[in-house]
Amino acid sequence: MSSSDLQAPTSTTIATASAAAARKKPFALRQIIDHVVLIAGSLFMLVPVLMAFFTSSHTDVTVHTNGLQMTFGGHLAENYYEAMLVPGGFTKTVDGMRMLMNSFILGIGFSVGKIIISMLAAYAIVYFQFRFATLAFWAIFTTLLLPLEVRILPSYEIVQGMGLVNTYTGLIVPLIASATGTFFFRQFFKSVPNELIEAARIDGAGPVKFFIDILVPLSKTMIAAIFIIMFVFGWNQYLWPTIMTTDESFFTLVRGIKQILNVFIGAQIPEYGQAMALAIVAMVPPVLVVVIFQSWFVKGLVESDK
Amino acid sequence: MAKVVIDNVRKVYPNGTEALSPSSLSIEDGEFIVLVGPSGCGKSTLLRMIAGLEDITEGTISIGERVVNALDPAERDIAMVFQNYALYPHMSVYKNMAYGLKNRGMPKADIDAAVQKAAKLLHIEEFLARKPSQLSGGQRQRVAMGRAIVRDPALFLFDEPLSNLDAKLRNQMRIEIRKLQRELGVTSIYVTHDQIEAMTMADRIAVLNTGKIEQIGTPAQIYHTPASIFVASFMGAPPMNILDGHYNGNGGLEIKDLGHVAVDHTLEVTGDIQVGIRPENVEIHQAEEPHTIPIKVDFLEELGAGRLLHTTIGNTPFIAHLDNEHQINGETVFAHLPARALHLFDASTGRRV
Amino acid sequence: MIKSQFKSPLFPYLLLLPQLSIVVIFFYWPAAEAIRSSFYLEDPFGFSSTFVGLDNFRDMVSRSDYVATAEFTIIFSVIVTFFSLAIALLLAVTADRVLRGASTYKTLLMWVYAIAPPVAALIGIMMFDTLVGPIAGFFQALGWNYQLGTNRFDTAFAMIVISIWKQVPVNFIFFLSGLQGIPKSVQEAAAIDCASSTRRFWTITFPLLAPTGFFLLIINITYSLFDTFGIIDVVLKGEPGNNPVTLVYKVFLDGFRGNDLGGSSAQSVILMILVLILTVFQFRLIERRVHYN
Repeated sequence: MSSSDLQAPTSTTIATASAAAARKKPFALRQIIDHVVLIAGSLFMLVPVLMAFFTSSHTDVTVHTNGLQMTFGGHLAENYYEAMLVPGGFTKTVDGMRMLMNSFILGIGFSVGKIIISMLAAYAIVYFQFRFATLAFWAIFTTLLLPLEVRILPSYEIVQGMGLVNTYTGLIVPLIASATGTFFFRQFFKSVPNELIEAARIDGAGPVKFFIDILVPLSKTMIAAIFIIMFVFGWNQYLWPTIMTTDESFFTLVRGIKQILNVFIGAQIPEYGQAMALAIVAMVPPVLVVVIFQSWFVKGLVESDK
Repeated sequence: MAKVVIDNVRKVYPNGTEALSPSSLSIEDGEFIVLVGPSGCGKSTLLRMIAGLEDITEGTISIGERVVNALDPAERDIAMVFQNYALYPHMSVYKNMAYGLKNRGMPKADIDAAVQKAAKLLHIEEFLARKPSQLSGGQRQRVAMGRAIVRDPALFLFDEPLSNLDAKLRNQMRIEIRKLQRELGVTSIYVTHDQIEAMTMADRIAVLNTGKIEQIGTPAQIYHTPASIFVASFMGAPPMNILDGHYNGNGGLEIKDLGHVAVDHTLEVTGDIQVGIRPENVEIHQAEEPHTIPIKVDFLEELGAGRLLHTTIGNTPFIAHLDNEHQINGETVFAHLPARALHLFDASTGRRV
Repeated sequence: MIKSQFKSPLFPYLLLLPQLSIVVIFFYWPAAEAIRSSFYLEDPFGFSSTFVGLDNFRDMVSRSDYVATAEFTIIFSVIVTFFSLAIALLLAVTADRVLRGASTYKTLLMWVYAIAPPVAALIGIMMFDTLVGPIAGFFQALGWNYQLGTNRFDTAFAMIVISIWKQVPVNFIFFLSGLQGIPKSVQEAAAIDCASSTRRFWTITFPLLAPTGFFLLIINITYSLFDTFGIIDVVLKGEPGNNPVTLVYKVFLDGFRGNDLGGSSAQSVILMILVLILTVFQFRLIERRVHYN
């Protein structure tokens, strides 16, 4: 029975209408429970971050005596100014802006590098006939097996031996080694209709032209999706930057967290406000990217992990 | 414009399967030839070898006077229309049509003139700025044709171009493609699995089966004198009735479950043969007459322009075509198979005798 | 049909060169080095190393702190995986059902994905802070003398909660897209065949979600083993002291702090084998998933 049948409460249909209302009741109750569950879930996700944000608008003394805050204090600008523009807060030589810049360099450098390198490799694997194709395929895809964490020590030694400690190259390039991007583009290229390459060949497009004129424009959405995921992934790197950068001028925001902790261990009143300010700054860019480009992000995430 | 010669061309895939056994076919300048056959018969493989999308294992293909075996698709002076249109989804209709010309280094003004001319011919001028996704199936089909036309090729290749369209549009496009081809006079090779397309469009048809060309001929030749049982039953709807028979020389033809039929010419073979008759050649009588056999009416299928009478002879399904004037009463009628309408095939080779 | 391919003698190698060289230098070389050094004993100053066969492995499993770490890792992984999957499934099923505000809820439940684990942990340790944290305050009000950083159990509790908090969004996204991938016609057929929505969930929706669930199971185990490094490091403020750590964290501790290259490498090799097993499972599941589609 559709909902329109249930309306029109004339005297003859009152009986049916009340019966419908009786049936509707548990339905409405279930809806209320659903919303309660979702609101509880949303608060579970939201409250800790809101608290961090509100706390970043209070003085350290307030926080120290009254605990974390859920109201807006008057010292927001002050804390963010200290955290972002005054060197020697948590770190001795760099300010938050420098770390913010480094985070962008890592996030963008990593995602762009990864997209270029993996697109080229996937293009070779899908669209070319050559002798060691299978070997190359396996050589690249075996890297999906071992996360950086389990080979961290020798990786560090090799990069150190190459003199790449405290360089952007050393920070970014080794992270590109895994094949997630290549795998993703391979899947996508395989889904591109075969007839397109045939039409292009008849139209006189060689390998380079086909790549630039047809394949790259076709992959635009995919590139955007993978860029978002890789940007967030790169921005959020912690272990590798922690061991690769000892020079503070190369610190990223996420890496800088560790320096905040050092201050916490000290005996004085910790600089809660500044710490929370820096944490908020460290999460805003990736969160914005994910929220604004949500549909691309979800698509990329779900497809790439297949 | 060019003559196309396919000389003993063979295709073997790396895994050893032979997609096409050595086949030869000579296509005249301006001719519209249709390669027809069931899926997997090798027709697409042959077309793709002509296009240069597949390597030729053996034999030579020449377009015009040039052997093209070693040439890239782009150098063969051909244009191809694909089943899924294969339009570049990110380019406008205009750019789709211009892309091949641009790659050839044609001056911008000439490209524009060619695209406008083709667009006018196909009535797609108003869509030139649109993306393929904004077009209907029929419009995309036209754009795919347009992309082929602008190249002004020596040879058009069509790979089942109408199979994604609905029935009505397919009939319409069939006629349009043929008209256009006559106007342009470009030699064309058209691949389809649809025998109606083959019959209605072709100057000549090549029927393929299991990697072999079974018969080459005009639609009338293919229909009226099929060279094999395969051709006889593949071409024509409803298909030709095929019955088992035996020939013992001197005009003595026995059809299984039907009895003796007189044939006026002597056959070269004796022994088991297969007898074919098209549904429209079966004569149905209400009452018993000389040389008729009683048959039971299982089912009458209304076509509007006539009716099909379904029955079985022995265990073999059998169909007769009836005109609208032809009245049927009762469950049993009498069929006559005129000797001149019988197609006789060697039972062991399947070839016409 | 076989993909139409270009034939070019050198071009594909050129295309592969950047990826392959990075993979060889930063992946195969260190991985081989890890395996090699797991069989060697290096003196503390790094001047010489001796081949010791499987001694590092034998030494490793006989040490009580390694066994304790392994035990904790298992408990940690099981709890984190179970709760982050269960919470995410509940939220995804509910979010898939509501009519109003579905997209708002979706955004609110997934955005935490973008927060880096150590940043999440920084906020977490503030929430659990013995002095200023509201959660610790709440526990203390209930009579639980919650002490982050000094009490083993209390520290582990915070690690687990933060790890779950960080992982729920990923699972939520996958479950929700899995649910939305169930054809509407199937749901409608189920609605006609089965009146009880709870029963419908367990007999129709849940089995259809199983492939996504299995896949996420592997993802979550991998997450709790490896990606929680940042959380653990921040919760411990870099100084584990008496507190529990996971296997990956121990590799890092022994390698970088303890300078025990052989021992750390042997632990790495064990983890490699673990990941290998998980990946084999994952690939088999992917194949299954392909069949489902």
